Amino acid sequence: MTNHYIDLKNSDCILIMGSNAAEHHPIAFKWILRARDERKATLIHVDPRYTRTTARCDYHVPLRSGTDIALLGGMIKYILDNNLIQEEYVKHYTNATFIVNANFKSEDGLFSGFDAEKKKYDKSTWTFEKDETGIPKRDLTLQHPNCVYQLLKQHYARYTIEKVSAITGVPADLIERVYKDYASTGTKDRAGTICYALGWTHHTVGSQNIRAMSIIQLLLGNIGVCGGGVNALRGEPNVQGSTDHAILYNILPGYLKMPTAPIQTLAEYNEKYTTKTNDPQSANWYQNYPKYSVSFLKALFGEAAQPENDFGYSWLPKIEDGKAYSLMHLFDEMYKGNIKGMFCYGSNPACSAPNSTKVRAALQRLKWMVNVNIFDNETASFWKGPGVDSKQVETEVFLLPAASSLEKAGSQSNSGRWVQWKNKIANPPGDALSDGDIVMRIMDEVRALYAAEGGVCPEPILNLKWDYRDAKGNFDFLKTAKQINGYYLKDNETAKKGDLVPSFALLAADGSTACGNWLMAGSFTQKGENKMAARGLDDPTGLGLYPNWSYAWPLNRRIIYNRASCDLNGKPFNPKMKLLEWTGEKWVGDVPDGPWPPVSDKKAGKYPFIMKPDGVASIFGPGMAEGPFPEHYEPMEGPLNKNLLSGQLTNPMVSVFKTELDKFANADTKFPYVCTSYSCTEHWCSGALTRWQSWLTEMQPEAYIEIGEKLAAELGIKNGEKVRVDSVRGAVKCVAMVTKRFQPFTINGKVIHQVGLPFNYGWLFPKDSGDSANFLTAAVGCPNTFCPEYKAFMVNVSKL
Amino acid sequence: MSNMELVKMIDLSRCTACRGCQVACKQWNELPASKTKNWGSYQNPADLEWNTWTLIRFQEYVDAKGRFKWLFRKDGCMHCTDAACVKVCPTQALYHTEFGTVAFDPERCIGCKDCIPACPFNIPRFNEQTKKIGKCDLCLSRLRANKPPACVLSCPTGALSIGPKAEMIEKAYKRAKALGEGASVYGDKFVGGTHVIYVLPEPVSAYPGLPENPSVPLPIILWKDVLKPASVIAGGGVLAAAFLHYILHGPKRPVEDTQEGGSEI
Repeated sequence: MTNHYIDLKNSDCILIMGSNAAEHHPIAFKWILRARDERKATLIHVDPRYTRTTARCDYHVPLRSGTDIALLGGMIKYILDNNLIQEEYVKHYTNATFIVNANFKSEDGLFSGFDAEKKKYDKSTWTFEKDETGIPKRDLTLQHPNCVYQLLKQHYARYTIEKVSAITGVPADLIERVYKDYASTGTKDRAGTICYALGWTHHTVGSQNIRAMSIIQLLLGNIGVCGGGVNALRGEPNVQGSTDHAILYNILPGYLKMPTAPIQTLAEYNEKYTTKTNDPQSANWYQNYPKYSVSFLKALFGEAAQPENDFGYSWLPKIEDGKAYSLMHLFDEMYKGNIKGMFCYGSNPACSAPNSTKVRAALQRLKWMVNVNIFDNETASFWKGPGVDSKQVETEVFLLPAASSLEKAGSQSNSGRWVQWKNKIANPPGDALSDGDIVMRIMDEVRALYAAEGGVCPEPILNLKWDYRDAKGNFDFLKTAKQINGYYLKDNETAKKGDLVPSFALLAADGSTACGNWLMAGSFTQKGENKMAARGLDDPTGLGLYPNWSYAWPLNRRIIYNRASCDLNGKPFNPKMKLLEWTGEKWVGDVPDGPWPPVSDKKAGKYPFIMKPDGVASIFGPGMAEGPFPEHYEPMEGPLNKNLLSGQLTNPMVSVFKTELDKFANADTKFPYVCTSYSCTEHWCSGALTRWQSWLTEMQPEAYIEIGEKLAAELGIKNGEKVRVDSVRGAVKCVAMVTKRFQPFTINGKVIHQVGLPFNYGWLFPKDSGDSANFLTAAVGCPNTFCPEYKAFMVNVSKL
Repeated sequence: MSNMELVKMIDLSRCTACRGCQVACKQWNELPASKTKNWGSYQNPADLEWNTWTLIRFQEYVDAKGRFKWLFRKDGCMHCTDAACVKVCPTQALYHTEFGTVAFDPERCIGCKDCIPACPFNIPRFNEQTKKIGKCDLCLSRLRANKPPACVLSCPTGALSIGPKAEMIEKAYKRAKALGEGASVYGDKFVGGTHVIYVLPEPVSAYPGLPENPSVPLPIILWKDVLKPASVIAGGGVLAAAFLHYILHGPKRPVEDTQEGGSEI
């Protein structure tokens, strides 16, 4: 989230799209209802299905799965056509005024530079024209035919309400109502926010769904302000922490880049990721990149990391350039027999990963698996699953009992970046250990083996700084957290060696500081006071920032890019929601995005989007795989064989796996119904934890599929009857829940039905509760993130 | 909160049917789960049970203007002032507390089931194993410790709240007024006023199982106010209970329509 949960109460219009907030963020929903009750905010729910969220919103906008960009693109057009932008904001705080390379083109769903054979873009035209000093050229009148604003207008000219309606299935009058209500937040005194979740990310256009909304938020001046922002409601109490601390293959802690094989030295690595600008008013925060990378290496390798050995850069693993290692890629390699062993922590891919048939076949090709979990699960017990001949499976499985989140201390980072410290409230039962203790013990043995036997490349293992234990030899959460925060390795004017670094601004690239994750530098005071444990209830701004409750990265800033809430002179655009104000000497309010004066101070002033090299937000975003402007593409499986907006049916940058189990059936009469998968309030993810809880299974005991009344009548299916659901990849049996909450869509003049089912079930427990919905889904994902397309695929439903 | 007449308010306009209350109730009261099946509804267990004292009812509803709505209603004991169950209970297993709520003492319950047909809201349920009834006591143990009931504590959106009677009734009317368009307060005007009141965003008739004019069944009034004194004089609880049973289960059932109407999904 750019903002935070409590801030939802400050919004005037809340668009919930790609999220079932009431069911999956029930606590957060309190703030959404507060906006409705106390600010008369309009709540809009855009979703294929009427859910518990819809029940509390002002109105429902039923949209066919996978057509979000069509709806959002139409909104961009509506905002531009009706001139509803926050003009001052757009002109000064975004790249709308920038002049784009004259050779850049957007034609028929493709952008300039596409190589169809290699499925790759040459991005050399996705650039800005620069003046003689190397600063991007701007046209503050927004009239230059090649400025971003005009190109945006041109790009979305095709997204008429009629076209959007034909694609999404949303009636035209309802589309206009959404556009009108949401675009009303483009005035300075109003703020609109977006709450999204996996309903947006689980698509082959997942990242571009979010980009499209980001463009809308920028046009309306809604980023950096109270009640605004782009807000991902993340699905687990600590999923934000997981990504902050690099659970993904392509990042190191603090979103530093994972080194790639061609980059062999630290100097090259730092050169590549240290952004540059010639504009003196751009803070260009990533000019500090080497301070964070070197401090990370010092935290990782300690004394062994020295300037003469590149601080151990060569010991870091390198990924092949352009190669992905996502969950889907790993299972593809495993299926092909290229992966022999797997550690599986707190995860149940036999149920949660797409294309369960392929995943479960892949697991049988492992030599060994270490599964760390609270309960047994379908992944650990795959060798005795349905249809598996245990005698034929050679995999050796170790199921290690883990402590639950309440049985260990540590930090949890919520979606609003609030990092909250918690204490252990009970000891784990039996032999169960915390994940930290399990990792420590395994790694101890690995290190002992390397020490004794050498082996290939022992340095990364043996040079690890490995002091994360307390006096009793147990994993020490607080000690580890301090190393993540970072500390001084040498005395200086303000600090002694061993003091904690109270801000990432004080990290250094010369090896004099160590820091496990630069974003967390500041989670402790210099003297070691744990700010994550702070529980102050004071709210000095009255805006719900609660600056003394926990620690919010970065530097306890509650709303990111908050200087964009003020005009060029540092006065708030909306004086009634005074998030920040420049007094003439300093900023007061939230922790500002940097201490510099506002933009009107031509000498010392800085632009508000300090993480961007140009200092402004990107309406034109060349960093994306499939283009600088989001474009509507159909899901990999959909009901249409033609994209109504261009000649590109699906995302041209998507590549599919090549095994015989990776099958697709687009616009195939055998699989006529659009389907989406989801979770329910009562279960969490694959249900690996919640299905063992009898109070929860009492409420949601078994797998079900929600089917509209009209389709059910056509198929002769009665409520509560058992049905079979088939995709080209697999089938599941479940109970039909016949409902008014799914209504048929009219897509390009034809009636199209959509159905949906939760993925919370598995064969192991409770018995006869059904198996995973992921037998139906395809292992194909967004080319930026490789997040799988769980939310749009085609099925058939038949009565059993 | 001690020794004060309390009212719990259920503001259905804020309920998201997350069912935190349904679980919290089971947790605090140590009630086991039932083995259920998916019967084509989110509502599960399908009805109140001896071990399910509060239940979120789900209902698909089309209003008078043809607008589709998914209604949620937290069902459970209304804690009547003029409580039929207390009146008919021969052993005082059901009794009024210092908070005005209706509590239940399983030690005293003889399993006569008379409270079941007596209740205008169809709340008490019988446990065939223990031969005792079960129903919400508004977490009497918590109220006495000056804590809110488990359901109220668990509610994330503020749909549930509890407080002094007059204050809560005022709050409920204020909320109904703010909601406008057909919203109403339910509970304060009948059976002497209930200690659980609803703010209903839709007309009462939209919620199956919620009687429009609940009252203590006439035979019970007859019993309680006319005949019971006589039976006490005659002595013998067994005789009294038998007599009551005759009245209740005579040719005319006191509660005719406790079945759920419409489709509940």
